[in-house]
Amino acid sequence: MDIVEELLKGNRLALSRAITAIENEYDDAVEIMKKLYPHTGHAFVLGITGPPGAGKSTLTDKLAKAYRAQGKTVGIIAIDPTSPFTGGAILGDRIRMNGLTMDEGVFIRSMGTRGSLGGLSHKTADAIKAMDAFGKDVIFVETVGVGQSEVDIVKAADTTMVVLIPGMGDDIQAIKAGILEIGDVFTINKADHDGADKLVRELNMMLDLDAHSEQMTQNSTEKALADQFHHLNVAKHAAGAAWRPPIQKVIASQNEGVAETIENIEKHFKYISENGILQQRRTERSKNEMLDVLHNNIGTYITRRLADTGELEEYVGQIKRRETDPYTVVADIMRDMLKE
Amino acid sequence: MEKRIRVLVAKPGLDGHDRGAKVVARALRDAGFEVVYTGLRQTPEQIAEAALQEDVNVIAMSILSGAHPHLFPKVVDLVRKNGMDDVLIIGGGVIPETDIPALKEAGVSEVFTPGTPTGSIVDFIKANVK
Ligand code: B12
Ligand SMILES: Nc1nc2c(ncn2[C@@H]2O[C@H](COP(=O)(O)OP(=O)(O)O)[C@@H](O)[C@H]2O)c(=O)[nH]1
Ligand SMILES: [Mg+2]
Repeated sequence: MDIVEELLKGNRLALSRAITAIENEYDDAVEIMKKLYPHTGHAFVLGITGPPGAGKSTLTDKLAKAYRAQGKTVGIIAIDPTSPFTGGAILGDRIRMNGLTMDEGVFIRSMGTRGSLGGLSHKTADAIKAMDAFGKDVIFVETVGVGQSEVDIVKAADTTMVVLIPGMGDDIQAIKAGILEIGDVFTINKADHDGADKLVRELNMMLDLDAHSEQMTQNSTEKALADQFHHLNVAKHAAGAAWRPPIQKVIASQNEGVAETIENIEKHFKYISENGILQQRRTERSKNEMLDVLHNNIGTYITRRLADTGELEEYVGQIKRRETDPYTVVADIMRDMLKE
Repeated sequence: MEKRIRVLVAKPGLDGHDRGAKVVARALRDAGFEVVYTGLRQTPEQIAEAALQEDVNVIAMSILSGAHPHLFPKVVDLVRKNGMDDVLIIGGGVIPETDIPALKEAGVSEVFTPGTPTGSIVDFIKANVK
C-alpha cells in the first residue's frame, strides 16, 4: 500500500499506518511527512488538557458530536501516560467515545506518552498533520495534566481549553501558573458537583489578577522574566484588546454547557484570526518545527558518528576521570565538525 | 525506532463480566504493551473499526456469556475485510473446550479459559505477534 497516496484518497487504514510510522519512528516516516506536508495547514486544532478524571474525554465526545452536527469532520488524538516502570500503558479514552466509533467522519487515535518528553510533542505534531492532510476539519488533542510536556503539546494547538473540576482543593493553587498561561478557554466540568461556583469565582479572580499583573510588569525589570514565562502567550497581547479567557460551567456527562463551550472556542478562534495572532502562532510553530527537526537530526548525526568512531566512549572516559569536561568536549566536537 | 506492541482489549456483545478483561488489560500493560481498552458492550463492527484506527497488533476479546461462537468469527471476518491481515486475534473467558477447535478454524489464534495464568497470555502474544 502506498500510504501517502491512499491517505490522501481518504483510506482510514493508511492514515492509521502513517501515524504508526510516526510513532515508531519507522524509516519511511520522514518520507511520509515530506509528502503530506503540502496538504496540511487547513485544520483547526483544539488542545484539551486538565487533571485526570476531569471529564476531558467525555467532553471531547460531546464536542465532536456537536462539530459533526455542523457537518465538520473530526480527528481526535487522545494521549495517556505510559508507565515509566514497564513502558506499558492503558489507553482508556475511547471508553467515553464509543458513540463516535462508527461515524466515518471521526477518526480517533490513542497514544502513550512513551516517556519521551520532547519526542512526544514532535510526534503529536506530526500525527496532527497526518489527520490534517487526511482532510479533518477539526482536530482535538487530549492530554492529561498541565506539566511541561503538555505545554509543548499545546504549542501545536490553535486554541487550548483547560478543563477543571470542583473539589480539587489546593491543587488549583499548585497548577495555577501553568493553567493560567495555557488556557484560552476554561471549562469547569462536573458542575453538578458542589463547589463549581466557588471554583469559577477563584478562577475569575486569578485571571483578573494575571491580566492586571501583566500590565504592572510592563517596562519593569520583571518584564523579561514574565515574558519568558509567558512565551506561549506573547501573541495574546499583540494587537487590540487582550483576550480574557472565558469560563464556562459544564456537565459533560449530560451534554450541558457544551454549546456555550463551542461558542467560546469559536470566539477565541475568531479573535486570534482577526488580530493576526493565529498567523503569529502558526509562524512560531513553523519555526519550532524546523528547529526541532534541525536539532534532532544534527544531534542524531553527531551522536552516531561519535559512537561509530569510538570517540564517544573515549570522551566519556576522559570526562569521568575529570581530565576534561562536557563543555570543552562539545566545543571541540563542534569546531571539528564545522571545519569539514 | 520505538516499536511497541499495541493490543485492543475488547468486550463484544452484551456480556457485562469485565473482571477478566480488566485483569488481562492490566497484565498486558505490566508486560510493557500499549493496551487500548474500549469498555463493555462493543459490536463486532466497533471492535474492527477501533482496531483499524488504533493500528493494533493484537485484538484480545473476552466473553463469559456464551456468545463467542457467533461474535469471535464475526470480528475476525470484519478485521480481515478491512485489510488488516497481520493482526493476531485471541480470545478468552468461559468457553467450553469443545467450542475451541471451531473458533481456531475461524481464525482465532488461541483461546484462554478461566484459571489461565496471565503470564502465559503475555508469552503467547510475544511469540506470535507480527
Ligand atoms: C464474578 C461473576 C459475575 C459478576 C461479574 C462482575 C464483573 N464486573 O465482572 C456478576 C455478579 C455481576 C455476574 C453476573 C452474571 N453472571 Co456471572 N459470573 C461470575 C463468575 C463467578 C466469575 C467471573 C470472573 O470475574 N472471574 C475472574 C476473572 C479474572 O476470570 P475470567 O474472566 O475467567 O478471566 C480469565 C480467563 O478466562 C482469561 N480470559 C478472560 N477473558 C480473556 C480475554 C482474553 C483476550 C484473554 C487472552 C484471556 C481472557 O484470562 C483471565 C485470567 O485467567 C463466573 C463463574 C466463573 N467461575 O467463571 C460467573 C459466570 C460467568 N456468570 C454467569 C452468569 C449466567 C451470570 C448472569 C447472567 C447471572 C444472572 N442470571 O443474573 C449475570 C450476567 C451479568 C451480565 N451483565 O452479563 C455464568 C455464565 C454462563 C455461561 N457462560 O453460559 C457463569 C460462568 C457462572 C455459571 N457457572 O453459571 N457474574
Ligand atoms: N458527575 C459528573 N461526572 C462526569 C462529568 N463528566 C464526566 N464525568 C465522569 O467522570 C469520569 C472521568 O471522565 P473522563 O472523561 O474519562 O475524564 P478524563 O480523564 O479527563 O478524560 C467518568 O466516569 C465520567 O463519566 C460530569 O459533568 N459530571
Ligand atoms: Mg481521558
